[in-house]
Amino acid sequence: MDDNTRHRSRLPIRARVATTVGGAAATVSRLAGKGDGSVIGGVISLRLAPDLLSLLAAGRRVVLVTGTNGKTTTTKLITAALAPLGGQIASNIYGANMEAGLTSALTRAPDARVAVLETDEKYIPAMVRATSPKVVVLLNLSRDQMDRAAEIWLLARRWREALAAAPDCRVVANADDPLVAWAAGSARQVTWVAAGQRWREDSWCCPNCGAHLQRDGDDWSCGECGQRRPPVSWMLYDNEVIDPKGRATRLDLALPGRANRSNAVIALAVADAFGVHTGQALRELRQVTSVAGRYTQVSRRGGDVRLLLAKNPAGWLEALDVIAPPPATVLLSVNAQGPDGRDTSWLWDVDFRRLRGRNVLVGGERKLDLAVRLEADEVAFKLVDDIDEAIDAARAVAPNLEVLANYTAFQQYRVALGRVQ
Amino acid sequence: MSPTRPLRLTWVYPDLLSTYGDRGNALVLERRARLRGLPVEIVEVNSDQPVPRDGDIYLMGGGEDLPQTLATRRLLADGGLHEAAARGAVVFAVCAGYQMLGAEFGGADDAPVQGLGLLDIRSGRGEVRAVGEVVAEVDPRLNVGQLTGFENHQGVTRLGPNARPLARTTLGTGNGDGTEGAYQGRVLGTYLHGPALVRNPGLADLLLYWAAGPLPPLPPQAEELANRLRAERLAAVAGSPAG
Repeated sequence: MDDNTRHRSRLPIRARVATTVGGAAATVSRLAGKGDGSVIGGVISLRLAPDLLSLLAAGRRVVLVTGTNGKTTTTKLITAALAPLGGQIASNIYGANMEAGLTSALTRAPDARVAVLETDEKYIPAMVRATSPKVVVLLNLSRDQMDRAAEIWLLARRWREALAAAPDCRVVANADDPLVAWAAGSARQVTWVAAGQRWREDSWCCPNCGAHLQRDGDDWSCGECGQRRPPVSWMLYDNEVIDPKGRATRLDLALPGRANRSNAVIALAVADAFGVHTGQALRELRQVTSVAGRYTQVSRRGGDVRLLLAKNPAGWLEALDVIAPPPATVLLSVNAQGPDGRDTSWLWDVDFRRLRGRNVLVGGERKLDLAVRLEADEVAFKLVDDIDEAIDAARAVAPNLEVLANYTAFQQYRVALGRVQ
Repeated sequence: MSPTRPLRLTWVYPDLLSTYGDRGNALVLERRARLRGLPVEIVEVNSDQPVPRDGDIYLMGGGEDLPQTLATRRLLADGGLHEAAARGAVVFAVCAGYQMLGAEFGGADDAPVQGLGLLDIRSGRGEVRAVGEVVAEVDPRLNVGQLTGFENHQGVTRLGPNARPLARTTLGTGNGDGTEGAYQGRVLGTYLHGPALVRNPGLADLLLYWAAGPLPPLPPQAEELANRLRAERLAAVAGSPAG
């Protein structure tokens, strides 16, 4: 009997049938060219055995990763950082992050003893109950797709309640985000990480009592109720990680940007909780070059195109930090389909003034929303209809085109560039 | 207002009341004033600061239940907004800010919370959340035309005899009785959330007119993109049933 069969044979018969049927459905879905099949497979399995996720998670060491931004990248980084443990690691690397996606990830890796699972913010309470995680990672909380996502103070309160009811779980949390710190504060075991907070528009006020917070650099405290930034054991400092013993090590990641360095420090803290040495974990993190098509460099029509994905104001702020300096051209692109959020109001939360004087192109299905926004910030731009028009317009100045797009706009460009089958 | 003193756009409590693009309203007013040669400044007032009494247009954004209740309590204690409104300053509020202007609104767990009492409306919580595009015909005496925007709220609002509906909905929920928003004197509120003035330059100009008097027209090219966006959004929902 191999590991796979052994693990499955421990599941009740109903669960075994459910995983088999779900797996078959996923295969059919893949063959039919309808994505990777993880959601449909999971949905079918769960219909046959609603408690399947708990059964599949039992006996495994599970890490749940959540937050508004950086879930997919951090999940990939943690998976990489845990590689020195040896053996297979279950993970929902395609970003299917609700119950069906988690179920499918565990079904596909029956002999994996460790699972690193990206989890939608809203599902954290239910997924904490279902998987009894060893570690829960809380990255950040900010406004995101308000037409379908929960309001964030409410989310923070639900996280707080769920973690208070999970005493065996260790929480790895960003101490620099007041909402996250307040949510994690109810947990019995917390590893606090100074992972930084670039976007502050959602945390000027105390999550505990609502008073205006006092802030000094990354430090924050409430003058009324005494809520304050907890003392940290891990810290991101420029390009260095400072570990709990106070040792500084250069990160030197292949992935660009402050946000990814912040995600990497979180991954190192999780690896440490699994007993993986920081030096070993870091070697793995440096090998990660692209996450689900993000940061990919593509050559086309004599231009060098780099794709950056950002879905909300905090993400756009971080992404605008990452784009290459002039003479590279910047293509901004926004859609408002279901997965993007149908409401483009968030564009007014992004400060575009730093693009003044640059060669800027505007595309996507909601290019007029973006155009009016840029006009208000006095950023000159040109409207383009597709990626080839953008590449040609960029090449007139320099070969580099930096593309910043939200979710479906990003996927459309990936298809157009032949990066998706 | 003396011609040399800049028009003051006072953004009330962006630290508590700024859910989704609320800055857009300040930026649109600023741009449209500046294009007409009116000096203008944006003053952001956080919830730990007194509300200046000398603003010309006060802006209030959206917010979750708890921040909405906290902001209301502080504004009642501060009194600055009331003083300004009493001497005829313009108040423009969206979503949670709109509800706050009334006599009461539904707070967390729908317990009624005392509002600012600047607009004769009462709000509570409805059965379902209203999320989506809104189109509404504005009260013809305001000369603003159609309203286009996005709503995202669970409020139901009833107007008292002193407030007039801002508009009648042809798409979307608004106040919940076929009307949308309300105004009373120079205090005006709407359920369109976030940057409501972006697609409604006529409404922005109404607020500027209330604050600064008759306005010269804008050069057409300065309005071209906003008008294209407005036309595109209205065309995109044309034929959708009223909600």
